[in-house]
Amino acid sequence: MRRLLYSIAPLAFALTACQADSDPDIEQVGPRPELPAQNDVLLPAMTIPTPAGWGGELPTVPAGFTVTPLAENLKIPRQLLILPNGDLLVAEGSGGNAPSVRPKDIIAGLIKKRGKSSVKGGDRITLLRDSDGDGQTDLQTTFIDGLDAPYGLAFVDGTLYVANQDNLVSFAYTEGATSIDGPGTELTKLPAVINHHWTKAMTASPDGSKLYVGIGSNSNVGERGMDVEENRAVIWEIDRETGASRIFASGLRNPTALDFNPSTGQLWSVVNERDELGPQLVPDYLTSVREGGFYGWPYSYYGRNIDPRIRPQRPDLVKKALVPDYALGSHVAALGLDFAEGGGLGGEFAEGAFVGQHGSWNRSDPSGYKVVFVPFTNGRPSGKPIDLVTGFLKDGHARGRPVGVAFDPRRGALFVADDVSNTVWRVAPTASARSPAGSE
Amino acid sequence: MDSPTRPVRPFINPLHGIFLAFPVALYPAALLSDVTYLNTAVIQWANFSSWLLVGANFFAALVLVWAVISLFAGRARHARGRGILYLVIIAIMFAVGFLNSLQHARDGWHSVGTFGLAMSIVCSLLALVAAFIAYGSTYHGETR
Repeated sequence: MRRLLYSIAPLAFALTACQADSDPDIEQVGPRPELPAQNDVLLPAMTIPTPAGWGGELPTVPAGFTVTPLAENLKIPRQLLILPNGDLLVAEGSGGNAPSVRPKDIIAGLIKKRGKSSVKGGDRITLLRDSDGDGQTDLQTTFIDGLDAPYGLAFVDGTLYVANQDNLVSFAYTEGATSIDGPGTELTKLPAVINHHWTKAMTASPDGSKLYVGIGSNSNVGERGMDVEENRAVIWEIDRETGASRIFASGLRNPTALDFNPSTGQLWSVVNERDELGPQLVPDYLTSVREGGFYGWPYSYYGRNIDPRIRPQRPDLVKKALVPDYALGSHVAALGLDFAEGGGLGGEFAEGAFVGQHGSWNRSDPSGYKVVFVPFTNGRPSGKPIDLVTGFLKDGHARGRPVGVAFDPRRGALFVADDVSNTVWRVAPTASARSPAGSE
Repeated sequence: MDSPTRPVRPFINPLHGIFLAFPVALYPAALLSDVTYLNTAVIQWANFSSWLLVGANFFAALVLVWAVISLFAGRARHARGRGILYLVIIAIMFAVGFLNSLQHARDGWHSVGTFGLAMSIVCSLLALVAAFIAYGSTYHGETR
């Protein structure tokens, strides 16, 4: 009897502690990532670097660059947009009202919350103006207030479009305005039931006729039932005049940032892939988005790699699942995407895409927590991602977590929203800074 | 003849019995909803199982504590062999139930599977055996 008792404890330990560690030799970035075997265990690895202050330090940038805080004490800054006059808009907020369906939802929610800022989302857009281009904010105003977890921003033809977590609203803009009153005009509702993944990323087509909105799935892998996944894990194409919408592409678990590749005119997206298949599955990705394309979620990933957790399975859909263009690494949580234009930040950062990575929770060795640059040649990714802004993690704590990125080609600067230190960072080459020498 | 009567008493006290009633009802209920999920793939059944297991495990933990204490300070000290057997059954039931909760926290089809079904069966059977011991046996109290 007693022997039985003694054998239970180690058994339990063995069963729960078998989450494999990451293998650093497995290549998880680039066009053809290595995909290890699935490792879905009883107790998935969870490492949540809790917030810590910068204590006067700054993120790390390569030699020849400087990084400065452009605005601090924001209220959960997420996505950024640069207006024609150079003003920077910051969408601030925190959405999602997914009810806890299982005991797991409650426990996992409490654990993940430890990695977030305790500040309440601003539900507003802040305007930052740097009149003289010296990298300092000369004017900071609340541009639009009373929004509902705004995230995606787009500007077309004198009109600002804001994607709240439940609708798409337009605001007439006058050049130089520092605030806009009124609720705006609703162009269309956006899918918002449950809103497990609530962010509504947005960009406008180069000709300005269409808006594209990324709508994340309502679950990790369909565990809330497929009924609630209608119009989820898709990118909508919305007619800017009428508000009419259609599904442009599907099977994209959580398309968190969209941008058009300036050299090809193609729509690209960063997509957050599924959790709880192991520390190195499934890599988040950056991909061009093909019209009518199906990218696998929830039935498969990276083409035809079947996810056994979803029943009934759909071999008919898996058969036509597209392989994404470029892997960014597992669990990095890419939330920001902006293509470099006009020579970018120069050198190796001239042509390609800036990608903000919010950082992982579902692996014991944190990944992400940085801004990388994916170099492109002739409109296609052409090399390994290059670290651009790092140092967000220190001693197991997260001093910041990058979200949206915006590149300003006129001033040759990159802006990075950080929703843990509630800061917008500005990264620019030291030499080209138009500030008086030595001020930075 | 002054033959002292030794009172016959139930093996567990009423409150302990009420606690035990929950695992007895909830583990088999989780088993049934597991079976239904495996037959239908309707996720709500797996969700039901998750909550049923939480309830069962919570009360199984209380029963486990009680079973340990009563071995030394309660009724089971008068029937040590049975008390240890009961304790072992409850301990295994709770341990398996806890693992089963972790299993049910996995997503989608992996939340039940063969392993989850097997653990639900084990917990259900152990709960019933524990109930037979607890509710179906008595011990002779001390002479007063």
